[in-house]
Amino acid sequence: MFLLGLAGLLTRRNFIFTLMCIEIMLNASGLAFVAAGSRWAQPDGQIMFLFILAMAAAEVSVGLAFVLLYHKRQLALDVDSASELRG
Amino acid sequence: MLQLLWLIVAIPFASAALLALFGSRLSRHAVAIIGAGSIGLSAALTLLVGAQFVFSPPAGDAYMQRLWIWMESGGFQPEIAFYLDPVSLIMLFVITFVGFLIHLYSVEYMRDDEGYARFFAYMNLFVASMLTLVLANNLLLLYLGWEGVGLCSFLLIGFWYREPQNVRAASKAFIVTRCGDTAFALGLFLLFTRLNTLDIQEVMHRATAEWSPGSGTALMAAALLLGGAVGKSAQLPLQTWLPDAMAGPTPTSALIHAATMVTAGVYLITRTHTLFSLAPDVQFAVAIIGTATMLLAAFSALAQRDMKRVLAYSTISQIGYMFLALGLGAWSAAMFHLMTHAFFKALLFLAAGVVIHAVHEQDLYRMGGLRRELRLVFWAFAIGGSALAGLPLVTAGFFSKDLILWQSWAGPNGNAWFWIAGMTGALLTSLYTFRMILLAFYGPQQAHVRSHSGLAVRLSLTTLCLLSLVGGYVDTPPHFGGSPALSNFLSSALPPLEEVHIGPITETITAFSASTVFALGFGFAYLLFGPQCARQPATNIFERLWLAGWGFDWMYDRIFVRPFQWLARKCAHDPADVPINVIAQMTIVSYRALRLTQTGRVRWYATGLAVGTVVILAIALFVR
Amino acid sequence: MVLLFYLAGILAIVSTLLAITQRHAVHALLYLIVSLLAVAVDFYALGAPFVAALEVMIYAGAIMVLFVFVVMMLNLAEHAMEVEREWLKPKNWLGPTLLALILLGELVYCTATSPSMSSPMNVVSPKQVGISLFGGYWIGVELASLLLMAGVVGAFHLGRHAIAEEEKKHVTSADAARTDSRGDLVPARSGRTSHAA
Repeated sequence: MFLLGLAGLLTRRNFIFTLMCIEIMLNASGLAFVAAGSRWAQPDGQIMFLFILAMAAAEVSVGLAFVLLYHKRQLALDVDSASELRG
Repeated sequence: MLQLLWLIVAIPFASAALLALFGSRLSRHAVAIIGAGSIGLSAALTLLVGAQFVFSPPAGDAYMQRLWIWMESGGFQPEIAFYLDPVSLIMLFVITFVGFLIHLYSVEYMRDDEGYARFFAYMNLFVASMLTLVLANNLLLLYLGWEGVGLCSFLLIGFWYREPQNVRAASKAFIVTRCGDTAFALGLFLLFTRLNTLDIQEVMHRATAEWSPGSGTALMAAALLLGGAVGKSAQLPLQTWLPDAMAGPTPTSALIHAATMVTAGVYLITRTHTLFSLAPDVQFAVAIIGTATMLLAAFSALAQRDMKRVLAYSTISQIGYMFLALGLGAWSAAMFHLMTHAFFKALLFLAAGVVIHAVHEQDLYRMGGLRRELRLVFWAFAIGGSALAGLPLVTAGFFSKDLILWQSWAGPNGNAWFWIAGMTGALLTSLYTFRMILLAFYGPQQAHVRSHSGLAVRLSLTTLCLLSLVGGYVDTPPHFGGSPALSNFLSSALPPLEEVHIGPITETITAFSASTVFALGFGFAYLLFGPQCARQPATNIFERLWLAGWGFDWMYDRIFVRPFQWLARKCAHDPADVPINVIAQMTIVSYRALRLTQTGRVRWYATGLAVGTVVILAIALFVR
Repeated sequence: MVLLFYLAGILAIVSTLLAITQRHAVHALLYLIVSLLAVAVDFYALGAPFVAALEVMIYAGAIMVLFVFVVMMLNLAEHAMEVEREWLKPKNWLGPTLLALILLGELVYCTATSPSMSSPMNVVSPKQVGISLFGGYWIGVELASLLLMAGVVGAFHLGRHAIAEEEKKHVTSADAARTDSRGDLVPARSGRTSHAA
C-alpha cells in the first residue's frame, strides 16, 4: 500500500491528489506499526499509530489551507507549476 | 709588486662602471681618457707584475691572490681568487697590451659615434671579464668571466642596435655560444660532483689521482669542457656566429673576435690540460675538430666578398690551428700561436677598419688600388697578412705556425695526415690572404678615399706591426740557433713539447715546406687575383658553397630554428594552462549538471527520495 | 480471523489502486475512504480494536471529510478533468511504477529473508494502550498536542490571508464567474479551522 501511495505521489500532478497519496502512505506505515505491535503483543505499535494519526491530521489541515490559498492565486492546482515558490 | 695583481682586473671594472653610470655626462675627451687609460694602466701594471714574476718568480712558479670567499653552500666554497702562472701571464700580456692598442685606436675611430661612452664602457667591461676569466683560480670564477665576455660580445656586436640585422647577429652569437656554455656548465657540474672542488689546481690533482686515463668520467668531463670551448672559439659545429658577428664595430671585431674572446676556448683547454691528457679520445677529437675547422674556414675565406668576413673566417681557421696544437699535446705551441695571432689579427682588423672607414665600402670587389692613397694601411695589411700566411723568418706568424706544423708530424699524437692538413691549411691561408690584399690594394681603383687616419690610429697600427714582426722571436726553434724562450717559460706550467716521431720530416724540412707553401699561395693569388686579372667574382658551385660557409647556416636553420619556431607558434596559446583550465571547466560542467536537479518540483524531489531509498536498501541488503 | 485479515487487506489494496488512478477527484476520495475502512477492519483483525475505531473516526471520518469539503468547495473536479486526462497517460505511470516495483521487491526480500516466525495475532486491549500512553509515552502525548496546536495556528493564519484577499477581490473584481465560486467560501470558513483531535 505504501508503494501504491508512492507511485501515485510520483505520477499525479494535482495537488489534492498529492496530499491524498501522502495520506495513503501514512496510513500504510501505520498499518505496519500496528501489525508489529500485535506481533509482539505490545501497545507500542498502536501508540505509534496514534501519533501518526495526529500528525496526519495536522498536516492535512495545513495542506488544505495552503491549497485554498494557492487556488486564489491561480485556478489550476498543478504541483509542477509551484516550482518557483519563495520564502 | 705581485699584490697589485687584483688592480689589473679592478681598474677596467671600475672604469666600465664609471662610464656606464656617468658616461653621458662626460666629455668625449674624458671618456677617452678613462676608457683607454684604464686599459693602459692595466697594461702598465701587467708589465710590473710580469717583470717581477719573470725575474724573481714566486715559489712553485705560481702566485695566488685570494680576495674573498664568494659563497658558501654545503662544502662548496668558491673564492674570488687570482692565480698567476706563466700561462695566465702570457694571456694577461696579450689582453692588456693588444687591448690597450685597440682602445687607443677606438678613441679616434669611434669619435663620431654618439654611443661613445657606451662603447668604451662595454669594451672595458669586456676586458675586465676576460681578465677575470684568465686569472680565475677556480672554474666557477672562470665561468663568470666566460659569461661576462659572452655578454659583452652580445652588447658590442649589437652596438648599433637600431639596425635589426645587427641585433639578429648579436642574438645569434649569444645563442650559439650559449649552446657551448651549457655543455661547459654540465661539465662543471660533473667535475664538482665527482671531485668535490672547482679549484683548478685541485681539480687537476684529484683527477690525476682518482681517474684512470680513458675512463668514462674523464672522457665525459673533457668532452663537456670541449663543448664549451668549441662554442666560444667558434669551431665546428658552433662556428656559424663569428662571420655574422662582423656586424659590430671594427675595434670590437679586433678585440673580441680576433685577439681575445675567441681564444678563451683555447685558454680553457690549456688550463685544464690534465683532464684532456686523461681523456685521449677527447684530445684526439680536439685535433680533428681543429683540423676540420681550419680547412673548412680556409675554403670559406677564399670565397668571401666582404673584407671583414674574410678576416672572420681566417680567425676561425687560425683557432683551428690552435685546437690542432692542443689536440697534439703541443700546449705551449698553441699558446704561442695564440699570442702571435692576437698581434697580426688585431692589426689586420684595425687596418681593415681604416679601409672601410675611408672608402665606406666593405666589398672587396668594389675596392682596388688603394695602395697609393692609404700607404700606412697598405703596409699594415702587408705585414699582418704576411704574418698570417707565415712569411719565413721575419714574421711572428711563421714561427708559431711552424712550431705547430712540426708538432703535427713529430709530436706524441702526431700523424702524417695532420701534417698534410696543416700544410694545406697554410697554403690556403696564404692564398686567401694575398687574394684579399691584391683585390683591395692593387688594380684599378673603384672607390673614392674620403678620409685619412689620425695619430691614434697610426700609432696603434704601427705598434702592432712591430709586434707582428718581432713577436715571434721569443720562441725560435733550437735548430736554427734560436732559443725556445717561451716554451721554457711555459714549461713550468705546461708539459713541454716532445719530439717523438723522428722521421724524414724534421723541423728543417717542415720550415722549408712552410716557406714553399707560402710562396705557392702568393703565386697562385697573384695569378688568379692579381692586378692584371678581371675582377669578377666567380660563381661556380664551389664558390657559392664556400661563400655560404659550407651551408652550416642553412642546415641549422632547417634543423633547429624552424622546428623551434613552429613549436613556439603551436604553444602560443599556452597549452600548459590546459590542465588548470580543465579543472575549472570540469567544475563548470558539473555545476551545470547539478543545476538541473534543482527543478523546484515536488514530484521530482519525491522521485529522488524514492530512488535513494531503493539504492540504499539495495546496498544494505545485497552488498555484504 | 486470519481470513478476514487477508480479505480486508486485498480490499484495501484494490481500493487504493483505484483511488490513485481516478481522474475525478471525488471518486478518488471515495475510494480512499473505502480503503481506510478496509484498513480499519484489518486493525480489528490484528487485535487492535481501539486503533480500528480511531481509524474510522479520525482518518476516514475527519480527515477525509476535510478533503471532500475542500474538493467540493473549490469545484475542482470538473475543471481538472480534461487536464487530468492528459496528465494521466499510461506512459506517465511507467517510471513511478517501475520504481515502486523495485522498492516492493526489496521490501518483500527484507521480510521474506528475515527470520520468520509465524505469530499469532495478539490482542492488545485499549486498556493496555491507555496505560502505556499516559504512562510511558506521556511526553509523546504532549508533543502531539503541540503539533496539533501548530496545525491550528497555521491553518488559521493561512485562512486569514485567504479571507482578506477574497474580501478585496469581492470589492474590486467584476468577474461574475469568479465571485460565484468565491461565495462558497464564506459559510465554509468556520468548518475549515475545526478538526477533531
